[in-house]
Amino acid sequence: MRKLALSDEILLNIEKPARYIGNEVNSVMKDKNSVDIRFAMCFPDVYEIGMSHLGIQILYDMLNRYEDTWCERVYSPWPDLDSVMRARNIALFALESQENIKDFDFLGITIQYEMCYTNILQILDLSQIPFHACDRDWDCPIVIGGGPCAYNPEPIADFFDIFYIGEGETQYRPLLDLYKKCKAEGCSRKEFLIRASQLPGLYVPQLYEVTYNEDYTIKAYTPTVDGVPATVRKEIVSDLTNTVYPQKPVVPFIKCTQDRVVLEIQRGCIRGCRFCQAGQIYRPVRERDVNMLKEYAVKMLENTGYEEISLSSLSSSDYSQLEELVTFLIERCKEKNVNISLPSLRIDAFSLDVMEKVQDVKKSSLTFAPEAGSQRLRNVINKGLTEEVILKGAALAFEGGWNRVKLYFMLGLPTETDEDIRGIAELSDKIAMAYYDTVPKEKRNGRVQIVASTSFFVPKPFTPFQWAPQCTKEEFLEKAYTAKHAIMEQLNQKSIKYNWHEADASVMEGILARGDRRLCTPILKAYQKGCIFDAWGEYYKHDVWMETFTECGIDTAFYTTRARSLDEIFPWDFIDCGVTKEFLKSEWQRALHEEVTKNCKEQCNACGAASFQCGICTMKRSS
Amino acid sequence: MKLRVKFSKHGVLRFIGHLDVMRYFQKAIRRAGIDIAYSAGFSPHQIMSFAAPLGVGLESNGEYMDIEVNSLTSSKEFVKALNAQMADGIEILEAKLLPETAGNAMASVAAARYAVAFREGYIPAFLTNPVIVDFCGQSEIIVAKQTKKGETTFDLKPFLYECTYDEEQNMLYFTVDASSSGNVKPALLLKAVYDRCNAEFDEFAFLITREETYLNIGTQESMQLKPLGFIGSDY
Repeated sequence: MRKLALSDEILLNIEKPARYIGNEVNSVMKDKNSVDIRFAMCFPDVYEIGMSHLGIQILYDMLNRYEDTWCERVYSPWPDLDSVMRARNIALFALESQENIKDFDFLGITIQYEMCYTNILQILDLSQIPFHACDRDWDCPIVIGGGPCAYNPEPIADFFDIFYIGEGETQYRPLLDLYKKCKAEGCSRKEFLIRASQLPGLYVPQLYEVTYNEDYTIKAYTPTVDGVPATVRKEIVSDLTNTVYPQKPVVPFIKCTQDRVVLEIQRGCIRGCRFCQAGQIYRPVRERDVNMLKEYAVKMLENTGYEEISLSSLSSSDYSQLEELVTFLIERCKEKNVNISLPSLRIDAFSLDVMEKVQDVKKSSLTFAPEAGSQRLRNVINKGLTEEVILKGAALAFEGGWNRVKLYFMLGLPTETDEDIRGIAELSDKIAMAYYDTVPKEKRNGRVQIVASTSFFVPKPFTPFQWAPQCTKEEFLEKAYTAKHAIMEQLNQKSIKYNWHEADASVMEGILARGDRRLCTPILKAYQKGCIFDAWGEYYKHDVWMETFTECGIDTAFYTTRARSLDEIFPWDFIDCGVTKEFLKSEWQRALHEEVTKNCKEQCNACGAASFQCGICTMKRSS
Repeated sequence: MKLRVKFSKHGVLRFIGHLDVMRYFQKAIRRAGIDIAYSAGFSPHQIMSFAAPLGVGLESNGEYMDIEVNSLTSSKEFVKALNAQMADGIEILEAKLLPETAGNAMASVAAARYAVAFREGYIPAFLTNPVIVDFCGQSEIIVAKQTKKGETTFDLKPFLYECTYDEEQNMLYFTVDASSSGNVKPALLLKAVYDRCNAEFDEFAFLITREETYLNIGTQESMQLKPLGFIGSDY
């Protein structure tokens, strides 16, 4: 029997021991003596979050298809186990073999949000791997980062040997081959890293030097070794149908956030909302073939036994074969008593019909994400959702028996005025009114319930808003109060509930999102002072963070509220994500002029992603 | 048609709690393609019930669940199909067809037998056969029990059906009430034994295995304990 890394005594005294024992259905066991490469794939958050991530399931499946590689998983030990491991000097281990991470060849870390940076340091620390890549030798695994935050890797550049920019399906095989070759040739670790930096999409931070102007903006960004490319171009899968996708995803014992089969229907988004990073970095839109999706849906349900399936993508309504796919799933699932969990769809006759078929109307609510309260501001952010469309959709839904509506907005968007904020309240009120206008008294099922939620806008790299100043905490809170008061003034205020997010965490996220290499020091220091699980409200220590920045001589306003000039070199400018800086600049200008840009299906806006020669960029447009 | 399925639970699976084991079986049954019956209503669920929840950390050779199926293959086929879907640590031991009149698994449980081994360094020197004989010979065994309202005491004696100690193997065996009204957790009995001997009690000392779960085919006064699957038959 497999020997566990943790003793019974420890496992019986911590919360949810199932997080640490592996052995889940479809997890992969191999004979370690029959493989050349041991790969530990990490999501630096608790098991239930990490296990819900599709990207790791895809790469886990792909890497384990390689005969010479055994890919295992590792997640952040929860604080209860964390303290036990520190007290007893227990090294972090992978779930499958229960062996130390330090003895692996690779430690791959997916970086999905900025607030997990200290958890990355926890992983390194508990694994007994030096924090700084430059202090590591061949005794340590190659630490490689990927995911959306790798599009600005600079705040955590010191801690990684390599960043993989883009989609993981394409360059791992060449990288593993190079690794084997270098090991066989007896290369130094540095030599291996230099050669790895020449593979497409791979960025080795220690091979670049950053120089700064007096005001700490970047002067130059240059490779320090011959042959290391000056820019790193993201990797993408050009054909999403003929590629790897897991048919047997790992099925956890304990309930995870995503407790269902996840079918990714497309990547990328045609919409081009100006605040959205995903909408830019995953361009161009590529769809999976509907027949492939049908086949995978059936197989994945059979192989996992899940009682629910959900579709995953940005703006799922834009998937061209959605109707065919959903119709197929409804029929198939009904017969097998499987539930379909729908992604947020554009509310129209089709989606309402589907929703009625797959969920209990009385229990479910409608979701709209207007993101901004006024049409003016929606034009600024290029959110192509009009009040007319929202009210029409809502009325249609009210007729169908729905009486609960969720609305998502952002506060602190560029050019926002109090009038735009009041628009949030007014739109909520109009929706409430639409209910009373549409549904006659005798048919009403209680009062309409509207929940308006606002989050605070954080400018992200590779978006048209990367030049925008972020609001201060005080401004954020002011805006939330304005929204709250405006809602209280509405006729139907009793039907409207208003929620807003924590402002501290949004400020922190803003610092890290557009951060540079100078942040590596305060991040490490904050971790050493006990900052960990920053994404979890109950563990986030705002004061410690701010105090640490001050100690390190960092002015946080430089990263957040500062207005950036159009010719400033950004820390992430060495990455080529396809979408050009020129395009983003013109979008920023158009935003300030309240001009809308058409979506990719309507017309090509020459964003630059066509250079990948795939997806929507190579398709004939309807107009 | 109702089946009573017996399974064992060992190894790392002992860290999986009761609710997660239920969820695990719901998925396994789907994977195995078993023609299970679903409840009616808007969100149909599999008709499945478990006999007696097993605490986290315990192993078992005698767990039971009842499921309702729409069609039958054979006991052998069923066991094979479900075993093909098991994670390392759970094994399906038997599947019996229940008579129409059979009560549900949980309500049928009368008693359970436990085997207790001691972890290294925790083997109690004071424990001998005579000690256990003396323990069982008491006219009453008063123990403290935590309830929602605080601590109460009650007499364990009527709920203890048998207890022996194997001096060679250092194994303690006992059968206690496991019905929903009078369930005796193994730790409670162990604590009583240790208290009787004035020994320090550490719950971590034990490796507990539930050996079997019983129903009573006799009367309340003169019990006849049989394994829960006794009333079913192979098919």
